[in-house]
Amino acid sequence: MAIEYTTILATIVSGAAPLIFASLGETITERGGIINLSLDGTILLSAMTGFGVAYKTGNILYGFIAAGIVGMIIAGIVAGSTLFLRVSQVAVGFVLALMCKDLAYFLGNPFSRIQGPQLSYMPIPILEKIPVIGKIFFQQNIMVYLSYILISATWFFLYKTKLGMMLRCSGENPEVAFIRGIPAEKLKFLFTLLGGFLVGVSGALYSLSVKPGWGRPQGAEGIGWIALAIVIFGGWEPLKVALGCYLFSFLQITGILLQDRFTSVPAQVFQVAPFPLMIFMLLIINFFNKKEVQEKAQTNRFLKILAKIFKASPPASLGKVFYRG
Amino acid sequence: MSNKIVTPEGIKLQKKMKRKERDEKIKKFLKPVIRTPVVIFAVFIIVTLLIVAIGVNPLEVYSLLLKGSLGSKYRIARVLNVWIPLTLCACGLLYTFSLGLWNIGIEGQVMLGAIGTTAIFKWFYPQIPAQYAIFAGFLASIIAGGVWALLAGILKTKGGVNEIFAGLGLNFVAQGLILWLIFGPWKRPGIASMSGTEPFNRELWLSTIKGFRVAPIGLVLAVVFFISTVFIFKYTRLGLFFKAIGDNPAAGTLFGISVNRYSLLAMFFAGAAAGIAGFFQTTGVYHRLIPAISSNYGYLALLVVMLANFKYWPVPFIAFFFACLNVGSIQLPMVLKIDSSLSGIIQGLSVLVFLVIYNFQKMKERKS
Repeated sequence: MAIEYTTILATIVSGAAPLIFASLGETITERGGIINLSLDGTILLSAMTGFGVAYKTGNILYGFIAAGIVGMIIAGIVAGSTLFLRVSQVAVGFVLALMCKDLAYFLGNPFSRIQGPQLSYMPIPILEKIPVIGKIFFQQNIMVYLSYILISATWFFLYKTKLGMMLRCSGENPEVAFIRGIPAEKLKFLFTLLGGFLVGVSGALYSLSVKPGWGRPQGAEGIGWIALAIVIFGGWEPLKVALGCYLFSFLQITGILLQDRFTSVPAQVFQVAPFPLMIFMLLIINFFNKKEVQEKAQTNRFLKILAKIFKASPPASLGKVFYRG
Repeated sequence: MSNKIVTPEGIKLQKKMKRKERDEKIKKFLKPVIRTPVVIFAVFIIVTLLIVAIGVNPLEVYSLLLKGSLGSKYRIARVLNVWIPLTLCACGLLYTFSLGLWNIGIEGQVMLGAIGTTAIFKWFYPQIPAQYAIFAGFLASIIAGGVWALLAGILKTKGGVNEIFAGLGLNFVAQGLILWLIFGPWKRPGIASMSGTEPFNRELWLSTIKGFRVAPIGLVLAVVFFISTVFIFKYTRLGLFFKAIGDNPAAGTLFGISVNRYSLLAMFFAGAAAGIAGFFQTTGVYHRLIPAISSNYGYLALLVVMLANFKYWPVPFIAFFFACLNVGSIQLPMVLKIDSSLSGIIQGLSVLVFLVIYNFQKMKERKS
């Protein structure tokens, strides 16, 4: 039994990797105050591009780069149209989410249901020998290792570097950022592009590793919305967001395992689980953000601890764009 | 008192002002007139390039789209069957958008309407006559869709949960609910499958004109709902309040209009419209509950309203255009071996190009 458990845990870790790329990308974007709602379409279009390019060139790396660039272009459309033309972010993002999905099916038609390249396993030499942990964390493919690095790098960037602080400031209060001499618009634009790149990479990770191949449906449908939900669930903090990704991956795997028990219920029913959880989490976050509750938490120790855990607030200017005059 | 000094300069200035006013009026009128062809042209060019890029003759595609949607009586009937739920959903969204609410949950509200209707048919049908069952199903769809929308609305007003994420979450929950019902309590005798529940008794189908497979009741419902929406917005206090709060929520509060109460009311209207669309889908089109009962019409309706620039009068026409695209593209994979999602690309691209051009015009205006 012990071996089985480690296999399941290893699957959870590898299944969470693309989600980590997508939701951390979105975390960076939203911390800058821009909400990129197009994730669902971006992931599918970049999954198709990644698979197509890797198939044509025979080089997986090119696939990932091309997918990242696609993600970047879409993020660029969102950021550009909102920053320069003042189009509603939600509107553009939503339209792109639907359109890119269709575009992926349309352009990906020649690649559907063919065998293509896949990311190979690459155990880390010494670390893989560690009992249990080695099997779970260090017998994976390279992108999973990169996802570990990404978690810490995002956290370090946002909280420990000057640029990260400037980005957060631009997301919280662009007026102040502007007065302090921070190029808020440029930062927002650049980091939306970076976030888009990461989302694109996550798309390629689906078509080249987690759910290899392309088709209609590919299997990554709905993941973009889940990634958006996880960002909120994690309260816009990289470490909590990463935790949310693992939790979701865990839910997914449990769903599959439970399906063996209840064969009559389709897998999609279990996949619904994260969404009520997200709504519930939002309710809790809002509850603890209320003034009365925070005042009460000053005197009640139990509430204080809870408030500390659940306190999260979206970047104050999220969804709004600051216009200089 | 009226000792105004009329000087030639003053008269000139007045004339100039008048001219300016007139020019602005013309400009205001011309803007949408210029915008529409520009949008159509830009979308046309991009789509043509896209089709050429994948190596298909664009003329063939366009003629197939046209023939596939308006080529025969049977096809027009299918277009109308898409137009009815799409218009209903879009009209419902006009209420929520007038308050600035993003009711993405409309997709789930359609599903709940379908579930409500099916529930009445499953529980009460052989016991009560078919006409009553259909009417009860209609009411149930309104209630189910409306309540599902209110849920998102209450989460927003009481819980502070953003309506986009609440709605999105509820969509997935509704989808899960439908799948569970189809594979669980309402499964087909024998084997449950993705093809849906057992088809209803023919008595429960909305009656259609011979040889033209559209239920006239559906058309009436859509048209009546559209006209009453226009009426409410144009001639009633309620519509005025909706618009006033949407323009300035703070002023609404000052005048003693409860923003939350009107938000909930708008959500209920949208949910009810979506519920009716779900009712039509189950009794008028599929005659059973299927997993894809909402057919993405909720999301598509959001695009329709955005392309209509949140105004009511273009809604039925845009909905008709979108319906034509949806139906026309069905044949694309069979005849030309290209994916039918081309319709979605054209729809999305239209909205995207429209948003860009509209905001570009607005920005130029602001600058001048």
